[in-house]
Amino acid sequence: MVDVSPSTLSGPQGPKPRKVISRRNIFLYGTLFVVAIYYALPLYVMIITSLKGMPEIRLGNVFSPPVEVTFAPWVKAWSEACTGLTCDGLSTGFWNSVKITVPSVFMSIAIASVNGYALANWKFKGADVFFTILIFGAFIPYQVMLYPIVIMLREMGIYGSLGGLVIVHTIFGMPILTLLFRNYFTSLPEELFKAARVDGAGFWGIYFRIMLPMSVPIFTVAVILQVTGIWNDFLFGVVYARPETYPMTVALNNIVNSTQGVKEYNVNMAATIITGLVPLTIYFVSGKLFVRGIAAGAVKG
Amino acid sequence: MSNGRPSQLFRNKSAKIAAIPMIVTALFVFVGGTAWTVVYSFTKSGLLPRLKWVGLDQYERLWSTNRWLVSIENLIIYGLCMLVLVFVIGFILAALIDQKIRFENTVRTIILYPYALSFVVTGLVWQWILNPDFGIQSIVQGLGWESFAFDPLYNADIAIFGVLIAGLWQGSGLVMVLMLAGLRGVDQEVWKAARIDGIPAWKTYIFIVIPMMRPVFITTLVLVVTGIVKIYDLIVAQTGGGPGVSTEVPAKYVYDMMFRANNLGQGFAASTMMLLTVALVVIPWAILEFGGSKNRG
Amino acid sequence: MNNSVEIKNLDLEFGSVKVLQNLNLEIGKGEFLVLLGSSGCGKSTLLNCIAGLLDVTAGQIHINGNNVTWSEPSERGIGMVFQSYALYPQMTVEGNLSFGLKNAKLPKTEIAQRIKRASEVLQIEPLLKRKPAALSGGQRQRVAIGRALVRDVDVFLFDEPLSNLDAKLRADLRVEIKRLHQNLENTMIYVTHDQIEAMTLADRIAIMRGGQIMQLGTPDEIYGQPINKYVAGFIGSPSMNFLDGRIKGREFEFGDLSIPMTGYNFVNGSPTDSETTLGIRPEHVVTGELVGNAPFQTDVTVGLIEPTGSDTLVDCELAGTPFRVRMDGQAKVSVGETLRIGLNPSRASLFDKQTELRL
Repeated sequence: MVDVSPSTLSGPQGPKPRKVISRRNIFLYGTLFVVAIYYALPLYVMIITSLKGMPEIRLGNVFSPPVEVTFAPWVKAWSEACTGLTCDGLSTGFWNSVKITVPSVFMSIAIASVNGYALANWKFKGADVFFTILIFGAFIPYQVMLYPIVIMLREMGIYGSLGGLVIVHTIFGMPILTLLFRNYFTSLPEELFKAARVDGAGFWGIYFRIMLPMSVPIFTVAVILQVTGIWNDFLFGVVYARPETYPMTVALNNIVNSTQGVKEYNVNMAATIITGLVPLTIYFVSGKLFVRGIAAGAVKG
Repeated sequence: MSNGRPSQLFRNKSAKIAAIPMIVTALFVFVGGTAWTVVYSFTKSGLLPRLKWVGLDQYERLWSTNRWLVSIENLIIYGLCMLVLVFVIGFILAALIDQKIRFENTVRTIILYPYALSFVVTGLVWQWILNPDFGIQSIVQGLGWESFAFDPLYNADIAIFGVLIAGLWQGSGLVMVLMLAGLRGVDQEVWKAARIDGIPAWKTYIFIVIPMMRPVFITTLVLVVTGIVKIYDLIVAQTGGGPGVSTEVPAKYVYDMMFRANNLGQGFAASTMMLLTVALVVIPWAILEFGGSKNRG
Repeated sequence: MNNSVEIKNLDLEFGSVKVLQNLNLEIGKGEFLVLLGSSGCGKSTLLNCIAGLLDVTAGQIHINGNNVTWSEPSERGIGMVFQSYALYPQMTVEGNLSFGLKNAKLPKTEIAQRIKRASEVLQIEPLLKRKPAALSGGQRQRVAIGRALVRDVDVFLFDEPLSNLDAKLRADLRVEIKRLHQNLENTMIYVTHDQIEAMTLADRIAIMRGGQIMQLGTPDEIYGQPINKYVAGFIGSPSMNFLDGRIKGREFEFGDLSIPMTGYNFVNGSPTDSETTLGIRPEHVVTGELVGNAPFQTDVTVGLIEPTGSDTLVDCELAGTPFRVRMDGQAKVSVGETLRIGLNPSRASLFDKQTELRL
């Protein structure tokens, strides 16, 4: 073959000339920029409002940045704001939420992972029937089951306690988590399971020594899913807790929407942002895993 | 035949024991609880559940209560707008992000973060932004357009759209992520084939790619619809149902009847209606999705 | 202008990775050219550049005498068939064939005619009303070929079209593609990693590696006179035996053996004294009564036997180097037996040990 030297080429060659500022790019990035502003704006408004003093709020608008930054609203929101009856801020609600979320996440994941494992690897007669009911249960509006559960908890003597809420969260987390774990364990090579059985490992032996160590990513996804879900819950908190055991979301709503006194918008926004801080932190830190969690919720097995 | 084999009941014993929480939840809470509520919706329960049959009385009263009718109307308006807009916005955003753009992760992160926030937080922040004295209305007026009026949370006629704005802000990121996953799942060679065939991009989306994404659309639809029917916290936080009863929704009606008005029977009847609504969507979907596969084994 | 496709000084870079480097290739009208190489060699990338699905970094592409470097794929006068078939799943076979034509606003009668002709050629008339999901893999690939056919173009591009099919279907469809080429006389550029496909289909084969064409030639040339050690080892199954030794005058010295290279055609005359690799294909080693005619003969001990039915592979050692011999499937050999073999240097290849180029 004869090499043609580059200088002998004439006419179009190399990459097709493209303008960086093409009409397509202006439209594309322009739209995305506007969209990003729309989505980001509320967070910005929350932050700046929470850093302003009340006089400044009354003079300006919600979008103008604070002239004088003050953290007093945050302090007040945390420890002094009134919920109508008491005036100890969000702190009680925060610790209630922690006390609800931690055991609920642990329990729901422990139970659902074992369930998923049993469904994936130890199928027994009728298992699929229960599983199908469970999945359909995920679609039943919670309102339908609210009162029967009130009765159950009352009979057990834990209505209104944190323990009762933990049980409720475990129950309602079960469908999606069981699905998540079942699908994950099904995707693991079956030979692994068979090899372990040939080596004489039993139900729990395989679960703890083979499945658990291989499932760190899916457990992480489940934790993210549950922490955000339970932290953000409002309905169960308002139904199954008492004022002294209210989770943070309920406390927040009571502070902001309490009809007494002058509305302190800066304190309200500080309280709002403090409540959103836990799921937001998880979201920004976990990134792709969070997306995987919601995608897992959408993919039906 | 079964000589020396342990009886059927005790095979897989550990697995069965491990599955007890699931079985209890499925049978007692989901099936039992639902059945209980449906049964008691035909009784004259007030402060406490009582098995005193009244037939369809609760339903008749329900459908002649103005507040319930408004709730249903709101749910339909909110639901239809939400459904259409969340799909249009979600899909368009996903398609834009799929154009091999720069800063993809940043854009996606910004669009999805509201989904991580609770409805209470969402409702409160939009209550503040839509505040007529300090929010959008006052800013536009401050720019010189004195007669500009946009106070959805104080105007009963458009209050539900104020909730819609917040709902879209919170939920469209989820649809975007699901649609993006669907777009990424489309065989790249199909795109190449369409380019060879000279099909413009918009036609490729409408006639080839979207039909290929049918499963994703259906799954998203089911998720969005069940979410719409459940809407409660957002209303409580953003409007409290007001002004008046203009933003009442069924889920709030149920809660108020059961735990505030001591009118359990109404609550049971209303929640049964909610169940019916969801069933109308979920059952056809389940038949479509799983009905066929049963025949195949 | 007799060339259908011409590629001039083509470069393609993804960031700092050079995927294609200064490629030049001329493909004649009606020629069947196969781009062959292992994965990652750039063969599919080159095909995508020709199709216009990838923007090139430098150089030109001409199709039918037109410089199409900046043209859209649909304007280049090409049809393309993909590995995954890439059929539009929600449309019937007819819809798949006609979608591009309708979009190009061709008259209805013309579209109908073209579909009729294509479906006759490919024998897919009974399938026209079905959807791709209801077709077998082989049928799908026929429809995909049909979609290229109805475009009424001179150049067909195939991107590993048979890789998703099972072995039997692959062989059948291979024959059909060959027959199609004979009937249509279009230019075809065909990417594959399967050397049997390449050998059976091609007028010429381009062996690619690292974004460059190692050798371009007829299947005969590629098989018989590989230009370097890589091509020699890549083509042929079982692969070629390589013996590292020295060439001295016309003798190849290897261990205590000395093989006379009489009858070997040196590319640039015979070198005087250099380190050399001798390559000899297992099927070019003779056994039995044919040994008598071979210029070089020696004895080996049978180490391992792999019968495949049609022939039998014998693994042995030649002066300490593993060496394979292909025998007839009916031949009787047993492990440990001494086997007389003969080599014919005129069918062997010599490569420089350093440059690995053919001598």
